[in-house]
Amino acid sequence: MQIPQDLQYTKTHEWVKFNEDGSKAKVGITDFAQNQMGDIVFITLPEVGDSVAAEDTLTDFESVKAVSDIYSPVSGDICAVNEDLADAPELLNSDPYAAWIVELENLGETAELLSAAAYQAYCQEQEEA
Amino acid sequence: MTMLIFERSGQGRRLSLLPETPVDVEQYIPGECLRRQDLDLPQLSENDISRHYTELAKRSHGVNDGFYPLGSCTMKYNPKLNEEMAASAGFCDIHPLQPLDTVQGCLQVMADAQKYLAEITGMDAVSLQPGAGAHGEFTGLLLIKAYLRSLGQDGRTKIIVPDSAHGTNPASAAMAGFSVINVPSDPQGDVDLAALKEAVGEDTAALMLTNPNTLGRFDKNILQITQIVHAAGGLCYYDGANLNAVVGLVRPGDMGFDVVHLNLHKTFSTPHGGGGPGSGPVGCKSFLAPFLPGPLAAEEPGGSYGWHLPVQCIGAVKAFYGNFLVAVKALSYILTLGADGLAAAATQAVLNANYLMKQLSGSYDMACDGLCMHEFVMSLEKLKQETGVSAMDVAKAILDCHMYPPTMYFPLIVHEALMVEPTETESKETLDQAAQAYLEIYRRAFSDPESLHNAPCGTVIGRVDEVGAARNPRLKYGD
Repeated sequence: MQIPQDLQYTKTHEWVKFNEDGSKAKVGITDFAQNQMGDIVFITLPEVGDSVAAEDTLTDFESVKAVSDIYSPVSGDICAVNEDLADAPELLNSDPYAAWIVELENLGETAELLSAAAYQAYCQEQEEA
Repeated sequence: MTMLIFERSGQGRRLSLLPETPVDVEQYIPGECLRRQDLDLPQLSENDISRHYTELAKRSHGVNDGFYPLGSCTMKYNPKLNEEMAASAGFCDIHPLQPLDTVQGCLQVMADAQKYLAEITGMDAVSLQPGAGAHGEFTGLLLIKAYLRSLGQDGRTKIIVPDSAHGTNPASAAMAGFSVINVPSDPQGDVDLAALKEAVGEDTAALMLTNPNTLGRFDKNILQITQIVHAAGGLCYYDGANLNAVVGLVRPGDMGFDVVHLNLHKTFSTPHGGGGPGSGPVGCKSFLAPFLPGPLAAEEPGGSYGWHLPVQCIGAVKAFYGNFLVAVKALSYILTLGADGLAAAATQAVLNANYLMKQLSGSYDMACDGLCMHEFVMSLEKLKQETGVSAMDVAKAILDCHMYPPTMYFPLIVHEALMVEPTETESKETLDQAAQAYLEIYRRAFSDPESLHNAPCGTVIGRVDEVGAARNPRLKYGD
């Protein structure tokens, strides 16, 4: 399972990557999340301009197993959406850390964010539970 | 691929099942609205039609074909007597708008069905109008909304739903304009009381709950749960999907619930597959009765039957009186079994589920320990880790045993879940055969996992590409 060192993670299995000056953040789902969900067949893409609070539902996605919510790791306004995912949701499976879903700006408070090491420990805990 | 009936059509072939209409159509329909060209309907002989539909029927699997333990769906046998009753001319050859004194028997059926369903659920009033389970949920939530509005409590906007709930619960709540709060369940699928206490408040409209829950366990804290919600000023909604485990034994009204919906096509043995149609009556306590969708059938002074429209009725949720003939079938079932028979059916459903679970529990991991109610959930997570064989693979392999698979990947709180509900209408022999099939597949997971990845092999259609179908759906024939 891949957990890149340069990202931060939530306990609900999203990753977040802040840009250099911390003004913007890209959000996606983790390798663990895509593996648990199985083949992803659809993602609802939010609209640019929408606002979202940390830990609130950002959007949802669907695999052959289930529909699941994606929660926002950070409060902010959506300034970009990865439109490629509309036609190719399988990118979330094949390359989850390149397949960012939204980019947020005007950032506010964050959810509880984990380092790569802490997230790895958390996933292990989840698998053993 | 089977041909469409249109492709079987041959110019000039016909049969004469339909009599000429005795009505002079042109007398009633203005000339400019009359069709001048024939409809492009397939032209076939009766033999062609019969073979076409027989071929399609052979490709499906229903309760009449074999074991059908689809968890949470209660695919019990549908007694033929129900069909015979519903086929009576007095119930079929009628119109919803004909004079009431000519359909007194039909009104009595509805009044009786309402009365018995109210008695069975511990409610004060029932509307037969909703067309199926989720429609019943939606209707029940509209009742709650109308009631809260009548009290000026518009601020109660949240519906609490446990994370083990049927997906329709949060969906119905959202449809009815509420927002949804999820509360976690413990490993037995029971509501986490501490989390519930934290979730309720001045904004709570209601809790929606299935009991037995979706792990097949009866939540023993149910009285505490409904008390916590009521103390916060909220209402309690009972999702009747799993009523088959307790019908005739325990009543939702006595558990503290204020509103229920029933799935007549589950618990009350009316057809489920192929469009049923379903029926999702809603029952409620007296304080909600003024809001029920109507009209309701009611006995009038003097012994005749008429229609009664509740005073603050939320409106009709379906044309006329709901799926009336389904109510006839359900009433037929209730009267055939009687109070003792219904309780015996529930007890047998629980016994059958426990018998099968016990047979499998030496091999398969159960989602929780101890006895189950009418269904049980297995987790194939360990099997998948050890052999690569998933819940999907096992379910598909079951098709090769001429049985219907269990419900897969539900409830969501169990990984690699398979949910098995045998129902009370299966014999010990059938349950033994099913156990053998599951155990044989379990052994094959270790000896020949590859064969399970490719299952089913003996069905008309093998493993379908569900991912491809979802990602690149072909929605038009001939694409």
